[in-house]
Amino acid sequence: MAEVALRKTQDAAARPRHWRVVASDWASDQTAFKNVSWGKAMMWIFLLSDTFVFSIFLLSYMTVRMSTTQTWPNPSQVFALHIGGQDIPLILIAIMTFVLITSSGTMAMAVNYGYRRDRKKTAVLMLVTAALGATFVGMQAFEWTKLIMEGVRPWGNPWGAPQFGSSFFMITGFHGTHVTFGVIFLLIIARKVWRGDFDTGRAGFFTSRRGRYEIVEIMGLYWHFVDLVWVFIFAFFYLW
Amino acid sequence: MAHATHADAAPGASTAHVEGQQHPIKLYLVVWGWLFVLSTFSYLVDYFHLQGLLRWSLIILFMLLKAGLIVAVFMHMAWERLTLIYAILLPPLLVLVFVGIMVFESNYTLLRRVLFFASGA
Repeated sequence: MAEVALRKTQDAAARPRHWRVVASDWASDQTAFKNVSWGKAMMWIFLLSDTFVFSIFLLSYMTVRMSTTQTWPNPSQVFALHIGGQDIPLILIAIMTFVLITSSGTMAMAVNYGYRRDRKKTAVLMLVTAALGATFVGMQAFEWTKLIMEGVRPWGNPWGAPQFGSSFFMITGFHGTHVTFGVIFLLIIARKVWRGDFDTGRAGFFTSRRGRYEIVEIMGLYWHFVDLVWVFIFAFFYLW
Repeated sequence: MAHATHADAAPGASTAHVEGQQHPIKLYLVVWGWLFVLSTFSYLVDYFHLQGLLRWSLIILFMLLKAGLIVAVFMHMAWERLTLIYAILLPPLLVLVFVGIMVFESNYTLLRRVLFFASGA
């Protein structure tokens, strides 16, 4: 406890401002990320590394699209759906976007209710988030099936540049995998919340440490990141 | 010990972390609404077949606004300390350098392909 008191007085004594905060935090020989737990900091760092993974996918897509001499298939037509006697461009992708955004909204509210220790609402909102995520993956499976039936392969397609298929399967496949894992972890944590693990301080299965409601926020960070990546995929792959 | 210090080690932050992040639900609903509106806008860019510079700039604009809202509000980055913000948000900017390199490379590849494979392909 003396440690706590010491740290408090040190912090209060000379508190640097603005960018000097950055320098002093990193140089303080303690915890660089004050008021951020290790779990949250590690999730952020994981997301940073994942950002680079997706950046490189999008970059390779940009490279093949810019350097091909053949015409790039028009995503607006490729992803059109025939509804009510006419082709509506990109409609499935638009619906998928709205589903994912909605799941982000419910996740953000789950985090909020978690910190209010309202475990019923938190668990229900997390389950809704998981259901929306599963819906998204389902629609993606439908889209893949449709394109594969139409002859899209990683090495070619009926409409133009063969690189279209490999970029499409790689980028959306990797993103869909992220969503799938997100759904699995949402279900696991929703179960813990529902059971009241974070109220009773029940020990975790792997770690045997007591969980806190912060895990809901950490889960939320991952889920919002998946939504964030979709924003970029939507812009660069489907709209460009 | 580390866990005990965590809760009250929040001096200097812009908001007091009593327990985690506490914001009114309304804030999330407003952001959710905006994300819907911005997504609709970017969909309409495609729907109305806008082309050229207008299309690209609108797509990028809506994309960045959406990304900003998600990171700042949903992921609570707006309420984090500057140290974490810099540590997470600055490194991805380096990707832009990579983009520059690959644009250069792609143009070169395309030029070679046009020059040597134009007849065959």
